[in-house]
Amino acid sequence: MSESLFEQIGGEAAVDAAVDIFYRKVLSDHTINRFFDNVNMETQAAKQKAFLTMAFGGPNNYTGTDMRQAHAKFVKMGLDDNHFDAVAGHLVSTLQELKVQQDLIDQVGVIAESTRNDILGR
Amino acid sequence: MAEHKIQLDDQHISCQPDESILNALLREKVDISYGCQQGVCQSCMMRSLDSPPPSESQNGLTDQLKEQNYFLACLCYPQQTMRIGRRDHTDFITHGTVSTKKNLNSETILLTLDIDDPLNYYAGQFVNLQREDGLIRSYSIANNSIHSKQLTFHIRRLPGGQFSEWAHQELKLGDRIALSEPQGLCYYQADNLEQPLLLIGTGSGLAPLAGIISEALHQGHTGDISLYHGSRDETGLYWVEEMQELTNKHTNFHYTPCISKGEPPRHIAAGRANDVAFKALTDLKGYRIYLCGHPDMVNSSKRQAFMNGASLSDIYADAFHVVSNSSE
Repeated sequence: MSESLFEQIGGEAAVDAAVDIFYRKVLSDHTINRFFDNVNMETQAAKQKAFLTMAFGGPNNYTGTDMRQAHAKFVKMGLDDNHFDAVAGHLVSTLQELKVQQDLIDQVGVIAESTRNDILGR
Repeated sequence: MAEHKIQLDDQHISCQPDESILNALLREKVDISYGCQQGVCQSCMMRSLDSPPPSESQNGLTDQLKEQNYFLACLCYPQQTMRIGRRDHTDFITHGTVSTKKNLNSETILLTLDIDDPLNYYAGQFVNLQREDGLIRSYSIANNSIHSKQLTFHIRRLPGGQFSEWAHQELKLGDRIALSEPQGLCYYQADNLEQPLLLIGTGSGLAPLAGIISEALHQGHTGDISLYHGSRDETGLYWVEEMQELTNKHTNFHYTPCISKGEPPRHIAAGRANDVAFKALTDLKGYRIYLCGHPDMVNSSKRQAFMNGASLSDIYADAFHVVSNSSE
């Protein structure tokens, strides 16, 4: 039986390794960090972890509706494709930093891309 | 799976097979906070009071929360009868007698309680103190965990603060106060004696940090321990000499008192404690961080510590402590 994407990337340990690097990149990016002002860092970290688990092909219960509801207020604040691309870029560079194989990174990119319209409320 | 009884306060609810505790509570119209219902938002966190909860209901919680039997109601499918509490649930478990009361500075007193039963706690945790008429406030334990029958507290007098005004003016030696079980996740664990520690506190936020430092030194912590204690002006600081003495005894302990207003004397730094700390320690990779005091300071410092390289799981701050201080 072939290993799932989540197992190939390294499972929960990989998520734990990625969450700090990824979230730090997001918060350092002045084009998007206004969306993360005034948030509780602990809750936010738990959400980032859930997102990465999903993007890595791991177990998750996310539905398109959840994604829409969770991001609706940011769409009102002006969340658009540029912001989405920036976050997706940080996801890719996080995985590159962790020396994940390119073909696996590409698969993560496809999963992340599949959430674009829900996140942007289209 | 079978049906299991759940007890919350005085209410008994039966949880059906394949039904989460959250759904059972909602079905019975119990007023409870919740959000995503899939273990992500952690809004429905509760605490098991009589037994460890099923491990899958603790997914995503920190080790400290797991250790204290917190769980997510939306992920919890009971495997036995459970007694549960809301996340801020505490029981009053013992009493203490006031044995010392003295001034630390013009606005803060040091209170020592000799307690009836030894209390099992980690340095840095807090307890609820309850006056005879039922008035309750949370205060951090300011000593290490070796003196488990004698607890000290730093009580800052806040204008209009019912409890603190009473403690300052009326409370006297020999008076009795009820104590809750210890709470809070901002505490010292001797799991990595070489890890550098950064502690930032404002005002009476020094109390839990002093307990943590004393505990760490007692446990033989060898990593650097850097304390930044801040206040608006010099009169708001205390234990300056004691802390300076401690730096003479322990070469790995570093202490920087800070004042944010006016020109400080030579041994005190100018600026807010968190600003002074993050300017001096720009690379916090591998550090464990403890933050206590004003909520604005705590929140902005969490972010700054993270941006300076600290891992999220190594940033400890106690929101309860902050709320209790600011609401008094």
